[in-house]
Amino acid sequence: MTETTLQETTYQVQIEDVFEGPMDLLVHLVQKNEVDIYDIPIALITEQYMQYLNVMKAMNIDVAGNFLLMAATLAHIKSRMLLPVHEDEAEEEDPRMELVRPLEEYLQLKCAAEDLATRVRLDWDVFARSAGEMDESAAPEPEGFVKVSLFQLIDAFQRVIKRVSHEPFMNITVDTISVKARITEIVDLLEGKESITFEELFEGHATRGEVIVTFLALLEMAKSQVVRIMQHIESGVIRIFNG
Amino acid sequence: MDNLKPIIESLLFVSDEPLTIDKIKAVLEVEDRKAIREVLENLAREYDDQHRAFFLSEVAGGYQLRTRPEYGEWARKLKQAKPPRVSRAALETLAIIAYKQPVIRSDIEHLRGVDCGGVLHMLLERGLIRTLGRKDIPGRPLIYGTSRRFLEMFDLKDLNNLPTLKDIQELGESWPNDST
Repeated sequence: MTETTLQETTYQVQIEDVFEGPMDLLVHLVQKNEVDIYDIPIALITEQYMQYLNVMKAMNIDVAGNFLLMAATLAHIKSRMLLPVHEDEAEEEDPRMELVRPLEEYLQLKCAAEDLATRVRLDWDVFARSAGEMDESAAPEPEGFVKVSLFQLIDAFQRVIKRVSHEPFMNITVDTISVKARITEIVDLLEGKESITFEELFEGHATRGEVIVTFLALLEMAKSQVVRIMQHIESGVIRIFNG
Repeated sequence: MDNLKPIIESLLFVSDEPLTIDKIKAVLEVEDRKAIREVLENLAREYDDQHRAFFLSEVAGGYQLRTRPEYGEWARKLKQAKPPRVSRAALETLAIIAYKQPVIRSDIEHLRGVDCGGVLHMLLERGLIRTLGRKDIPGRPLIYGTSRRFLEMFDLKDLNNLPTLKDIQELGESWPNDST
């Protein structure tokens, strides 16, 4: 490939937006060179791949680690291809298979994604009755409830922690419970129920440590969307819903 | 029940989600699935024969009245629908989850070769995927699957209804397009 054509194509890259990942770039190179993915000219592809990386660096695009990992894989395959194949090792697998398999799978799923994109789409091609309300949002929110804000949650937490006595009645060694274990307990509490109140979560908690662990567990669960924390509009009661 | 047809039709009319045969059974307090299915098939045929603006769509395990795609343009105008903003990254991730579920994040990222945290979060937020629990391996990663909303959104009867993955040899000329 001459220098000028490379310039041209890299210019296109700027317009088309940068490749999202190393697989994208690899697919692009295979397509552009019109090569068979089962017989990839590894030296050519590696060379072009490296040129793209250099261009991306020159354009001040942060070349992520996964691009470099792929570069290393390519270089490794290239070097293995250079090794002479002994007669008795003829059975050995083509080193390029390491590249072909993920590439194949990626292409398959890329096609599947395109199929999805062309499907009849609800709220665009077809409409159902009262579909509008669910539009763009996740599972419908329980009636009369709104998402609780972080500050309201902290207020509620402070109310609970105030109730727990500061002074120990007596000094005993307490079995401490981890956030992870507490999450499992909360999942058990929620099992078979739609929701529980914020206060119910802290029932039977005697120490500040326990209250804090429970609160951290709750935040963790909300973060991973296992639960939703909602507040009743009228009563202000905070309830924890199954995500 | 001799007026089964108009009753079921009215249920379809008021339901805001795909109506399952089980749900219809529970409402009507009857046991005969076959009769219900027959009515549904009859209704579907009637809407087609009479060229009604809506049709009975078999979607997400149930039945739902939907406007025909040829009138989408007008419905869009009334509803002021925004074009579906599903990026290529989101579609690829969604396809991986749809075909490979139950699947964990690292598997998705391994396939795509890029970080998917943001995309997963967005798909969860839009209710297209859901968490199915945690995998019992170090780090206890979340397991993802598609939701019923996904089936509704992409007009799929169930997951078996997804087109089978194409063989790459079969693909031949029809390379996936770079620009989508």
